[in-house]
Amino acid sequence: MGSIKLDGLKKAFGSQTVIPDANLEIADGEFVVFVGPSGCGKSTLLRLIAGLEEPTDGRILIDGRDVTHAAPARRKLAMVFQSYALYPHMSVYQNIAFPLKMAGEKADVIRVRVQEVATSLDLLPYLERRPRALSGGQRQRVAIGRAIIRQPAGFLFDEPLSNLDAALRVSMRTEISELHRRLRSTMIYVTHDQVEAMTMADRIAVMNAGRIEQFDTPLELYRRPANMFVAGFIGSPKMNFIEGARAREYDARTIGIRPEAIDWSIDSGKWRGRVERVEHLGAETVVHLSLDTADILTFRTPLDERLVAGRTIHVSPREDSIYRFDGEGRAIPGPKRNP
Amino acid sequence: MSGYRMKRAARLALAPSVALLIVGMIVPLATTLWLSFRYYNLMNPALGGFAGLSNYEFFLTDPAFAQAIVNTILLVGGVLAITVAGGILLGLLFDQPMWGRGMARLLVIAPFFVMPTVSALVWKNMLMHPGYGIFAWVAMKLGLSPVEWLSNHPLLSIILIVAWQWLPFATLIFLTALQSLDHEQQEAARMDGAGPLDRLVYIILPHLGRAITVVILMETIFILAIFAEIFVTTSGGPGYASTNLPYLIYVQALMQFDVGAASAGAIIAVVLANIVAIFAIRLAGRNLTA
Repeated sequence: MGSIKLDGLKKAFGSQTVIPDANLEIADGEFVVFVGPSGCGKSTLLRLIAGLEEPTDGRILIDGRDVTHAAPARRKLAMVFQSYALYPHMSVYQNIAFPLKMAGEKADVIRVRVQEVATSLDLLPYLERRPRALSGGQRQRVAIGRAIIRQPAGFLFDEPLSNLDAALRVSMRTEISELHRRLRSTMIYVTHDQVEAMTMADRIAVMNAGRIEQFDTPLELYRRPANMFVAGFIGSPKMNFIEGARAREYDARTIGIRPEAIDWSIDSGKWRGRVERVEHLGAETVVHLSLDTADILTFRTPLDERLVAGRTIHVSPREDSIYRFDGEGRAIPGPKRNP
Repeated sequence: MSGYRMKRAARLALAPSVALLIVGMIVPLATTLWLSFRYYNLMNPALGGFAGLSNYEFFLTDPAFAQAIVNTILLVGGVLAITVAGGILLGLLFDQPMWGRGMARLLVIAPFFVMPTVSALVWKNMLMHPGYGIFAWVAMKLGLSPVEWLSNHPLLSIILIVAWQWLPFATLIFLTALQSLDHEQQEAARMDGAGPLDRLVYIILPHLGRAITVVILMETIFILAIFAEIFVTTSGGPGYASTNLPYLIYVQALMQFDVGAASAGAIIAVVLANIVAIFAIRLAGRNLTA
């Protein structure tokens, strides 16, 4: 009831191509996150699916129906905007009722539906208020209420949590995941926050410069990144990339080592380096190490008093956790160690 | 600085403008008030002394007074209707992305810089003149007989002229208000299935509420006092057909030389304008703070 397929979708603004060629198949009921740095085209892709932008080329299919040139309201999709885009001169009730009113629904049907939606979102006490008189989280819920009241085939979220403070963001994240579990409808969620992406998504599309670099489950992205961009984008602190002789030893142009896959010791190890900076985060410590070449290596480890800036220590990457990349940055599959 | 000294400094800084206000407003007002209670006719200097309320009685019972009030209301209402409706339409038009938009926006405010007398003369002689006006020429080309605008529809002509002058102001205010309309709100409305007309009614017009109040408030204050346009086109006629309150006061003072009665008329005009202003500011206050 809500499968979405993008077929060779292209979008250019004038001479500038924002999305060269997007192909994607989203299954019904799936929670998909578009993630990428700002300006990577993830919002544009969402707006193309919503129908707010006209594609330059390619097709969009919803449930097998070609909606490439259909009006936004005819796609049975609802959208939650970054600014919530609530109608400021309408009450919460009128805001939630608006899509039904536009669809020409009868007043008593609308009243029942709004009551249902407001109950499920804990908005009953606020129905008569204006959006201005609500907190950020409440506004967010009104925006969601306005989206679910039409019972759409799919939901589109455009960075919906970026205006909330950190604590509220975590609880709204849970609420949206909960909503997905309850409604079982397709959701596409755009964010630049990889933690949001990793925690919420069934599958993640990692985007860079308008291209979908990899489309897979969160753990697959972490375990088997298709290229250096995905490898560097997923995971925090980001993966260490080392080139030169150390990489050639593994028969690769570049090798990647996650900060959590490095062991250290005072007196022996594969590589020697000087501690440049130590960040004590409490539960763990992030150490920035300069190797005897120009390379900087970041690793995380349990708290240890002996790690102080200026000290020389030894580190060893776990051999089974080394990622290898070729000259174009693509991951090289197969055995990781050079025999 | 302590609160007391701060207050004194503030009063000192305010003093010049307060003084200017007294000289510029209170003195003429007091003089007018004084004159309105005196017999003072330039044609009959011998007649003088305290007149009581007879000047007021004379002005208020003048049959031209009732017509002047009606004309003033029609003038204000007509111009407001045209400029608000037209201003919103033009504002929406100029808000669209188009080639040469900056230039077009500059041109649309041009009529506002034309002096009222000049624009009224241009309308009178180049546009509305039944002999060689453009309107007459167009009517002839269409096989109709030219309309004698200023003699047959004097008040409508004045309304058109004044509306033309104030349309740029309204357009400019609405255009700025439209530019502050949140883009995502419009897009949300599109997702919610609202067509262009629905978006105008449910999103754009409510957003323009404040701007509409401001335009109505500002224009009412100025259009209540329209004089030059009437003076150079119809001279208030034919009869009193296009005489408004300010023009009637002028007629009383400088054509019938009855300064006393004219002053009484001026005081009545001030009272009426203040009643309108109180209502308008209350309305605006509710709309602007809400």
